[in-house]
Amino acid sequence: MVRFLIRRILQGILVMWLVTVSVFLIFFVGPGPSSVARALAGKSATPQVVAEVSHRLLLDRPLYVQYGHFLWLLLHGNLGYSFYHSESVNSIIAAAFPITLSLVIGASILWVLMGVLSGVLSAVRARSLMDRTFTVLALFFYSMPTFVLGLLLLLVFYYEFTIHGIHLFPGSGYTSFTTNPGLWFRGLVLPWLTLSLVQAAIYTRLTRGSMLDVMGEDYIRTARAKGMPERRVIFRHELRAALTPIVTQFGIDVGVLLGGAIITEYVFGMPGLGFTAVQAIQEQDLPVVIGVVIVAAAAVVVANIIVDALYAVLDPRVRLH
Amino acid sequence: MSQSLASAAPPPTEPPSPAVIEGTAAKKIEGRSPWRLGLERLVRDRAAMISLGVIILIVLMAIFAPVIAALTGHGPDQQFAATGLTAIGQPKGPNSTFLLGTDNLGRDVFVRIAYGARISLIVGVAATALTIIIGAVAGLISGYFGGLTDTLIARFIDWLLAIPFLLFAISLVVIIGPSLVVVIIVIGFFGWASVGRIVRGQVLSIKEKEYIEAARALGANPWRIMFVDILPNVMAPIIVYATLLIPLAIVTEASLSYLGVGIPPPTPDWGQMINDAQNVYQYGAWWFLVFPSIALLVTTLSFNILGDGVRDAFDPRGDRLFV
Amino acid sequence: MSNEPVVSAPGDDILLRVENVVKYFPVSSSQLFRRQRDFVHAVEGVSLEVRRGQTLGLVGETGCGKSTLARCIMRLYDLTSGKITFDGHDISTLSRRSMRPYRRDMQMIFQDPYGSLNPRRRVGSIIGDPFAIHKIASGQERKKKVQEVMELVGLNPEHFNRFPAEFSGGQRQRIGVARALAFRPKLVICDEPVSALDVSIQAQIINLLADLQKEFGLTYLFIAHDLSVVRHVSDSVAVMYLGQISEIAPTSRLWDHPRHPYTDALLSAVPVPNPDHAGQQERIILVGDVPSPVAPPSGCRFHPRCPKAAPTCVEQEPVLEPRLGDDPDHRTKCHFPVADGEDLSLARPTISAEARIVETGILAGDDTSLTALGSKEES
Repeated sequence: MVRFLIRRILQGILVMWLVTVSVFLIFFVGPGPSSVARALAGKSATPQVVAEVSHRLLLDRPLYVQYGHFLWLLLHGNLGYSFYHSESVNSIIAAAFPITLSLVIGASILWVLMGVLSGVLSAVRARSLMDRTFTVLALFFYSMPTFVLGLLLLLVFYYEFTIHGIHLFPGSGYTSFTTNPGLWFRGLVLPWLTLSLVQAAIYTRLTRGSMLDVMGEDYIRTARAKGMPERRVIFRHELRAALTPIVTQFGIDVGVLLGGAIITEYVFGMPGLGFTAVQAIQEQDLPVVIGVVIVAAAAVVVANIIVDALYAVLDPRVRLH
Repeated sequence: MSQSLASAAPPPTEPPSPAVIEGTAAKKIEGRSPWRLGLERLVRDRAAMISLGVIILIVLMAIFAPVIAALTGHGPDQQFAATGLTAIGQPKGPNSTFLLGTDNLGRDVFVRIAYGARISLIVGVAATALTIIIGAVAGLISGYFGGLTDTLIARFIDWLLAIPFLLFAISLVVIIGPSLVVVIIVIGFFGWASVGRIVRGQVLSIKEKEYIEAARALGANPWRIMFVDILPNVMAPIIVYATLLIPLAIVTEASLSYLGVGIPPPTPDWGQMINDAQNVYQYGAWWFLVFPSIALLVTTLSFNILGDGVRDAFDPRGDRLFV
Repeated sequence: MSNEPVVSAPGDDILLRVENVVKYFPVSSSQLFRRQRDFVHAVEGVSLEVRRGQTLGLVGETGCGKSTLARCIMRLYDLTSGKITFDGHDISTLSRRSMRPYRRDMQMIFQDPYGSLNPRRRVGSIIGDPFAIHKIASGQERKKKVQEVMELVGLNPEHFNRFPAEFSGGQRQRIGVARALAFRPKLVICDEPVSALDVSIQAQIINLLADLQKEFGLTYLFIAHDLSVVRHVSDSVAVMYLGQISEIAPTSRLWDHPRHPYTDALLSAVPVPNPDHAGQQERIILVGDVPSPVAPPSGCRFHPRCPKAAPTCVEQEPVLEPRLGDDPDHRTKCHFPVADGEDLSLARPTISAEARIVETGILAGDDTSLTALGSKEES
């Protein structure tokens, strides 16, 4: 087990290293030697700033020195400096992360509850009206691009409500929990719904499929034949066994989303990681982009490792590999 | 949509006895391939067939977009300030001239939707084709040759899957410059990783089968084995995955356009129209937001339903590979 | 293709000569940094000869290495060491490309009629593979040849376009035969061709193989674990145990005068058709299971299970040579072979049971696992 973990962690480190190399190649080499400093300094930088950037980031030194410097800073937790905002990337990201966190945590609770429950019900009463209804709903939301859903929700619950005098949800923006919990919550409802409905659709299909696989197993039949109460069979045995792929998927999804639920944040104007990154791209503030990319990749890699470890715990066969 | 398969025809069970074989020597005997059986099942799936019909309609709409433009007298990029906008410069709702209303620049929404279908369909199909081809070849090579090749390709796939796709896509488009080809390549290039992984898994298990050994015993070279013997056996999951990938590619393209890094204006594009609409719906121009959204939704939904149908028809055991 | 039988060239009687072939497979260790490499000793120094036009039967229990040996001969595996001479040519170390021309003359029929045919390809295409791979014929000509072969093996040529799933087990095996015989090869290795078939079908296929051999002068290496089948088809028989040939003799000699205790035990286990005589046969029951091929026993590999085991057997590995005054074509690998008339069921080993355990590290009757404990081969 420990060997397995070590192997996975080493693999993760390798992947992260590859990510840093590719990021470096794209952003420090891609634009061409003369434009790198300019690109990194930002769209509206003056020549003096460009020169300072060039000096500070050792851009006149050979490539491997630059990369070494880059890597060195990274390993010390320094993600760079945004000349556009005159702020360290670390602080920009630190400000943006809680927003993404609130969004993702809240939505994930919602979608797991909705998705898994409906999936279980669908599987248990397969081919019934309820199952078909859930399948249709799942298909519907699954086909819906996130931004479309978000905008439509805004159209109905924000716009239509507002012109009829109901001010329930804000149109955009984020208020931190500490400032105003009520507004924090209300501001997050629509984004949560947007993110979770689409994800729930995926999870209900996943759960249904996984449950159906498990339900056909012989040992489940034996449990029923022994006279075990139905509810226990479903929740203690079937769901437990079916949970593995769901847990795997969940870990990956959360990892990916923590790297920035870009579209949802953009639609609702919430300055989380994703939104910050998109803005940075549009402002051509590359240090921020680099920082977010690395954080996002790290989140995915860590999530993958956790998921693999969990998988190995849940399914001992994996460890033998 | 998964219909019940209770009505599926059972495959031939008892092989014909030698006597029967002799008796039917005169008739030409055609084998019913697994494809044929699958197709027959698919045709019987009502929901899938309806979706197919809708898709065909959308394709027709895309092809005949210029005809629609001619009929209404409105080009896709023409701005009709006089007839299309209200006195204060706001878009007009659906009326007799503009069937689905106008956008913020006075352009005909209906005509733009028709033209936008072209982009979505082209990107959807082209990006998926690219993904499938690269993914299948990579998976075959990686799985069959094993060793160093496999390790390299597998790690490359890991890396591709670790990258936050949207961010990289956006960055790449910004650096290279947005265009139709770039968008197709970007979507296709990041998508092949999952296909490659799945194909590789299949190849690893098929590689050990006796008929592959038999092919080697006959003296077949690795490439022949990969493409003549192994590929037909991995086609089924590939095709099924393709039906999932097309709607995904369409949504991705729309998302990129929505974020402003897709096909550059003024080419009509659904994602972009929705982005433009975002700024005006507060003033009541709901049609501009709703109709392109419906177009996108209907297209994606149809492909998903068809995809479900294809999967049920060709893989009725329900291999939980792709859910 | 003409139907005249292949005439063996004078003085060139041996079509296939296998000399001291050894094949080991590395066992992947579970250590992170492999300190120790274990090997499966699948084939340990096998030598045999197959004469033109004859059939050599090869029998043994599951896991004795006969299938591995077959694949070594077919060069589907690389040899760890040893020499294989086919039709006068040394094919032991040829590359895949150089082996290609020889593959027209040596072919294999596989055991599993369900696994040896690609389910997604039409039968005509499968049988046509040899022609396509070696670029012999194409298009209509290829189709004609394929249909000729189909008829030859008893299949309806009209079924050219069918899929394997539409055929019965016996018919599928015929397809396998057709595929192997497309080029009228000189040597055909049959790897348990009837083991997976129903008994009545077995007879059909065996007769088919015999007919084809007569018609085309084929040479067979016939692998099986069913002795009655082997007896029916073979001119000579070799018995394999744990990667080595323990006895090899012309068929009738082997049945009437088995020398190796293992052979004797195998023969005693063959069911006797006549129920009146069935009870009379004394079953020789062997102790224990086949040891793991990762750490084979020292000396004679059979000694842990042999009813006649003696200390010499533990210390010295016997040589495969004629014993007890047998002819040169009857060779046995045993220190204390069974004499004519000797009743093996009365034999008792002269080494202690504990000594046997210490040697193999595996208790008699235990599951054989790949990690042998306390074996002499370790460290």
